[in-house]
Amino acid sequence: MTKLITQLQFVDPDAAYVTLVEARRGLSVEAAAELDTKLVLLLANHIGDIDVLREAIALAKGG
Amino acid sequence: MATSAQDGTQDAVNVRKAVHQFGYRRSADQDARNIVRRPVVVVGAGPVGLAAAIDLGQRGVAVVLIDDADRIGEGSRGICWSKRTLEICDRLGVGEKLVAQGVTWKLGKVFSGDDLVFAFDLLPEEGHKMPAFINLQQYYLEKALCDRVAEIDAIDLRWKNKLSGIEPHNDHVRLTIDTPDGPYALEASWLIAADGARSTARDLLGLTFSGVTFEDKFLIADIKMAADFPTERRFWFDPSFHAGQSALMHRQPDNVWRIDLQLGPEADVVEEQKPERVTARLKRMLGDLAFTIEWISIYRFNCRRLDRFVHGRVVFVGDAAHQVSPFGARGANSGIQDAENLAWKLAAVIKGEAGASLIDTYERERIQAADENIAHSTRSTDFIAPHSPAERALRNAVLALAPKVDFARRMINSGRLSVATVYDTPLSTPDESAFGGGAKLGAPLPDAPVRKRDGDDSHLLQEIAGEFTLLYVKNGALPELPDGIRTACIGEDVIDTTGALAQRLDATPGAAYLLRPDQHLAARWRHVDAAKVAAARNRAMGRAG
Ligand SMILES: Cc1cc2nc3c(=O)[nH]c(=O)nc-3n(C[C@H](O)[C@H](O)[C@H](O)COP(=O)(O)OP(=O)(O)OC[C@H]3O[C@@H](n4cnc5c(N)ncnc54)[C@H](O)[C@@H]3O)c2cc1C
Repeated sequence: MTKLITQLQFVDPDAAYVTLVEARRGLSVEAAAELDTKLVLLLANHIGDIDVLREAIALAKGG
Repeated sequence: MATSAQDGTQDAVNVRKAVHQFGYRRSADQDARNIVRRPVVVVGAGPVGLAAAIDLGQRGVAVVLIDDADRIGEGSRGICWSKRTLEICDRLGVGEKLVAQGVTWKLGKVFSGDDLVFAFDLLPEEGHKMPAFINLQQYYLEKALCDRVAEIDAIDLRWKNKLSGIEPHNDHVRLTIDTPDGPYALEASWLIAADGARSTARDLLGLTFSGVTFEDKFLIADIKMAADFPTERRFWFDPSFHAGQSALMHRQPDNVWRIDLQLGPEADVVEEQKPERVTARLKRMLGDLAFTIEWISIYRFNCRRLDRFVHGRVVFVGDAAHQVSPFGARGANSGIQDAENLAWKLAAVIKGEAGASLIDTYERERIQAADENIAHSTRSTDFIAPHSPAERALRNAVLALAPKVDFARRMINSGRLSVATVYDTPLSTPDESAFGGGAKLGAPLPDAPVRKRDGDDSHLLQEIAGEFTLLYVKNGALPELPDGIRTACIGEDVIDTTGALAQRLDATPGAAYLLRPDQHLAARWRHVDAAKVAAARNRAMGRAG
């Protein structure tokens, strides 16, 4: 039973992408990775559902 | 056919051939004892200046159109012409010719590595006269527009007339124009600056043109080959034939194909244009196909605009006003839409039907469009050519997820193709009732098939072109309308043969739609009322309600 939503949820996907890109503008790869890690924690907590989190991890890790 | 790439390239590469040669002719203005004043001078006979001149000329405004060249030259510039541009060109008398000459397409495919990850259809809807896009070399579009100019007496086209001075005054500008016979002075009540990305008019007025320049360099090659690749826009991120970079391939008429290869920021502009080098790159992409090179160039792209488009009596249009990267084909397409927005307004001002403040709404509406185009082009270029390894990592993550999840596919951005802007404008009268369907206040009306009174088949946009028009569904007698508004009755003048019109406009009995001369929807009502129509028309002409 999958819970993770993979359909597009943003009204404007380009605006979402650009927001993420602008957040890392000017950052080194390491600094961006640190930012990403904090973002993962923030968003994971916001979602607050361990099943969704596990599913997302599996999807991200898989090939 | 036997010509190998190597053989063909040497002489073919960038030997400037004039696609069409025009002549300089001395104008009577050069010999006049007093400086002549013209209502409108357009500087620059590129796609945008030509479109502006034709539109004004068709409205009976006398136009002097000057260009510093005397030929339409070859070169790799615009190829993709959008539906809205074609609709405008149709009104200007060249739309059908362009479609007949061009290659029609609407499908785009995006590959990551060598695998297809995303496909899009730009016109999923039937019943529009014009296709989503055609591809046609810009010089053919310019030639068609020049031929049309020659048919319009109101346009005086002067080749080898180079703008070299502007002296602004309250109600006119005084221009200095250089010619092979030396300079002359000319006055214009209005100057339309359509002189391109390196605008002389902009420099003469000391205006800054600011924005971003992308570091990446792109090789643009137009090649000739007999290939049966599909007529689609094909875009690759990191394909095996051009690892680590992007590639684009697009068909044009005459068996010519446009190929864009991203080269990265470090590429050596001189080395990369050497035919043997280009040929090697193309062979990796095309394998054993025989091809010859028509044109090679290397570009770096900019996204920028003027802060204001109207400076007293000087109005900037096209690349002179704004510049975008080509992903999305928003350059000339938006410039031609500038021209159409300005033409009816300027004609109304010159004829004394509207005040000069109507021109300010040109600026407002087209800056909104320019900002939209710049935002889209910037986002596409950011996706295609990330600024840093950290940004590339995000981009690559989207591509890696794309085969598995929908949202990532929808974030892939290889260019969002040009569509008309929905003007958020004081010229529109806010809706008082809700309307469904595709029609939007401030946008060009959606097209639909119609039959005319005489039984001939036509399309809606063709029947409402050029002037203020009230399109309505009969429900009793039409009240008496103010002068200067043409009417078209749905069901009588335009018969909705397929139901598409009623559906797209949400047209119920009694509904009425006021269209601006540029076919944008200015107001609509569930029931016509003469006073409301008059007020909406006044409003759309920039007059107080
Ligand atoms: C690789 C590439 C691909 C592109 N693809 C597309 C596409 O697919 N679709 C699209 O819509 N756009 C595309 N564009 C953009 C498009 O080419 C430009 O937006 C378009 O040419 C702008 O038209 P314009 O009339 O404003 O200016 P221009 O075409 O630059 O014309 C300006 C004219 O002014 C004249 N002029 C300049 N200075 C003076 C002077 N001092 N006196 C008199 N005359 C003068 C010039 O000779 C020229 O004829 C592309 C551009 C590039 C580089």
